[in-house]
Amino acid sequence: MAVERFPVEATHIMMFARSVADPNPIYSDAEYAATTEVGRIIAPPTFAQASAQFDPDYVLRPKSGEVWFGSGKEPTGIKRDASGGSGGGGNGGGLHAEQHFEYHRHLTPGDVLTATNLPGKAWEKEGKRGGKLMFSEFITEYRDQNGELVITARGVGVRTGQVVES
Amino acid sequence: MSLSQKNLKVGDTHSELVIDDLSRTQLVMYAGTSGDYNPLHSDDLYATKVAGYPGVFAHGMLSMGMTAKMLTNYVGDGRLTKYGVRFVRQVWPGDSLTATATVTALREEGGQHFVDLDVATVNQSGEPVITGYAAARIDP
Repeated sequence: MAVERFPVEATHIMMFARSVADPNPIYSDAEYAATTEVGRIIAPPTFAQASAQFDPDYVLRPKSGEVWFGSGKEPTGIKRDASGGSGGGGNGGGLHAEQHFEYHRHLTPGDVLTATNLPGKAWEKEGKRGGKLMFSEFITEYRDQNGELVITARGVGVRTGQVVES
Repeated sequence: MSLSQKNLKVGDTHSELVIDDLSRTQLVMYAGTSGDYNPLHSDDLYATKVAGYPGVFAHGMLSMGMTAKMLTNYVGDGRLTKYGVRFVRQVWPGDSLTATATVTALREEGGQHFVDLDVATVNQSGEPVITGYAAARIDP
């Protein structure tokens, strides 16, 4: 995901650590962190993924005034076509198949990152239960306020033939 | 605490129960912090009626994040240099996950010491949900 400004903040790190059920005080307690080898609060290893919060166009976040594909009055906010079918809403852009991170250094509150996308590969595979699986790779470079590369991320998404057909 | 090359050998393992009886609320917490609000992970009506799943299930990245807790507890904070996973099976509310790291190599590069790890997380039935690898800087 391309993000122009991803400010890394202590409260976000604390809440993110809670959300992955990690009570390690290095993610929330500055006084404790000061006594460690690292010397300061850092972010958990998968925190960079939260850059989605700072992507204005991120599709998996409801936006004011726009139709959302999750349920409200109906099971999905997307109007289904008259022929029925399993479409309408789909499953939100496929599923996550792989994720890889390379850490050049660990994130800390006060960092202000940018995230830039690089072109990735795309390939197809026959699924075990029939149907085609379509894989696509997304490479993201996170750079800090000094332009230094801090994290390289590579994600792989998968969609099934059926979802796309419908 | 960090690892030291002199105390490690290939085949050493470290395991942790990273979540016991995963709650739907934990999924909501993860949606809130990560920004991934895909209703597959919080909206049972959507997940069952529209997407055709038995119910909501965990973000792959939540399982990866919980597995990371085992890694950082083992190698120490700020020591990871690489971490990658494949999501091999869905994780459902009520699941309990155990994550394991196994030492596959010890190496020296540019005067620094590193450990390579195989990473595997299984559910309460012993079925793999995540397979992957990690590398970390260690002490001599």
